[in-house]
Amino acid sequence: MGLHQLTIHQLHDLLVKKEVTSREATEALYRRIGEVDGKIKAYLMLTGEEAFRQADEVDRKIIRGEEIGDLAGIPVGLKDILCTKGIRTTCGSKILREYVPFYDGTVIRKLKEREAIFLGKLNMDEFAMGSSTENSGFQTTRNPWDLQRIPGGSSGGSAAAVAANECIAALGTDTGGSIRQPASCCGVVGLKPTYGRVSRYGLVAFASSLDQIGPITKDVKDCAILLSGISGYDPCDSTSVNVVVPDYKRFLVNNVKGVRIGIPDEYFIEGMDRDVERSVKEAIDLLKKLGAEVKSISLPHTMYAVAIYYIICTAEASSNLARYDGVKYGFRSSRFEDLMEMYTRTRAEGFGKEVKRRIILGTYVLSAGYYEAYYRKASQVRTLMRNDFERAFEKVDVIVTPTAPTPAFRIGEKVENPLQMYLSDILTIPVNLAGIPAISLPCGPSREGLPIGLQIMGKHFDEGKILQVAFTFEQNTDFHLKKPALI
Amino acid sequence: MKMDIEKVARLARLELSGEEKETFGNQLDQILTYMEQLNRLDTTGVEPTSHAIPMDNVFREDEVKPSFPREEVLGISPDQEDDHFKVPRIIE
Repeated sequence: MGLHQLTIHQLHDLLVKKEVTSREATEALYRRIGEVDGKIKAYLMLTGEEAFRQADEVDRKIIRGEEIGDLAGIPVGLKDILCTKGIRTTCGSKILREYVPFYDGTVIRKLKEREAIFLGKLNMDEFAMGSSTENSGFQTTRNPWDLQRIPGGSSGGSAAAVAANECIAALGTDTGGSIRQPASCCGVVGLKPTYGRVSRYGLVAFASSLDQIGPITKDVKDCAILLSGISGYDPCDSTSVNVVVPDYKRFLVNNVKGVRIGIPDEYFIEGMDRDVERSVKEAIDLLKKLGAEVKSISLPHTMYAVAIYYIICTAEASSNLARYDGVKYGFRSSRFEDLMEMYTRTRAEGFGKEVKRRIILGTYVLSAGYYEAYYRKASQVRTLMRNDFERAFEKVDVIVTPTAPTPAFRIGEKVENPLQMYLSDILTIPVNLAGIPAISLPCGPSREGLPIGLQIMGKHFDEGKILQVAFTFEQNTDFHLKKPALI
Repeated sequence: MKMDIEKVARLARLELSGEEKETFGNQLDQILTYMEQLNRLDTTGVEPTSHAIPMDNVFREDEVKPSFPREEVLGISPDQEDDHFKVPRIIE
């Protein structure tokens, strides 16, 4: 087994036992990236010099006999939406092609304090708008299980890199499913924390009331470790919540006896892939066999999720992206006569198609005469959807569903039809609208050998319970051990 | 077409090509039609949600703290002069 194949906890054990060094692990990862990233195209940039400097520092600590934390010396990848001081942060957009932040986002600072190693920045849909990485301003990432298919998105670079062993773990962000859907497509574990659990300071904003940063990992234990490393209140993010961060590892018990699991009928939608439905139902049967109490529940407003989401997220995006005006940072067009032209051309040349489409839609739903009909209406139905979850969680501890209605689709399949692309998020979006946490983990290949994701949702700040159920499922299956052949 | 796309593009400070106006127009028409399903729901008296987690206004002590160094902030701007961001003439 190569060092690049290890999980966080496996590599940590070897580092502590002095059987390998962080430099050796980092070298192994860059070797692996050199071998496969030409095909996968997960990375936008590598930061080798700094990575080796960080690795050597951890190695010296170990030699001195100092104790190290769970994440020290572990090589990870970062979605290119996270601001890294002195390291280009493009957000997958040409408008930020040359943007080098002069500060670290809070999660980056936390990971630096915990002495994790940063391998580089990972590809994504431009401004996290997309479900396939096809909207990246630079390249389309390939699914390691089938290079003709999308890795999911928007954190497609992160999920593909973890699946292809191009990093030990990665950070992604999730606004409407952008961690969970790619995790599902690539057969890895991804968790979207409760809104407010992780600071958004230094996360390039897309839809501020929905965005969260979270881990993408090879197994559930790694997910708990990385989540513990990035969670917590931050005065720099007024929406982060001051709730104690537990050590999430302590929830990793192989036991679901008496756990009440809700199954919403509304999530088994028409047009769902048969293999997805079968795998998820088998997963539910297994949890039942292991002692969970499974009951049918109803989330009646599920069908409205996509409509609500694409009003709210585009409205917030049109406002957030107003800052790209060619004045303070980022790209500025060279073809203009006056200030207005400088704005309109800078944005015309700097943004890609999907971003423009969403800015137009968001501007429209907020504009005079339409605000009430669209934005206010969507915000009200969002309340109804939140109430659905509140009622459901009076009866159950977690809710189990598929993560996505189909396995990874083919590159190009949905590019010309944005509404079809939007509908692929229908099972992940409600979680963001309600602000609750959810995890996706592998629950079985399709007949074509593609990964399928099982989604487990929990109550606000109850990441522990979803980790417990996910860990138990993982301990009793071997889906997470299947790896792409990468021929 | 439901939307006056030129007007909205102007509001968004976005120059669109003729082709973009047409394809976006058609696609957005389809998307807006899809969104109209929300009108099936009676939401009279329902409070809108802007944040999923209830939160209060956040206050802090009014203390002076260091800002980012001016050179660093200006240093990443497309054009600058004498400690200022530089833009085309605004007032004739």
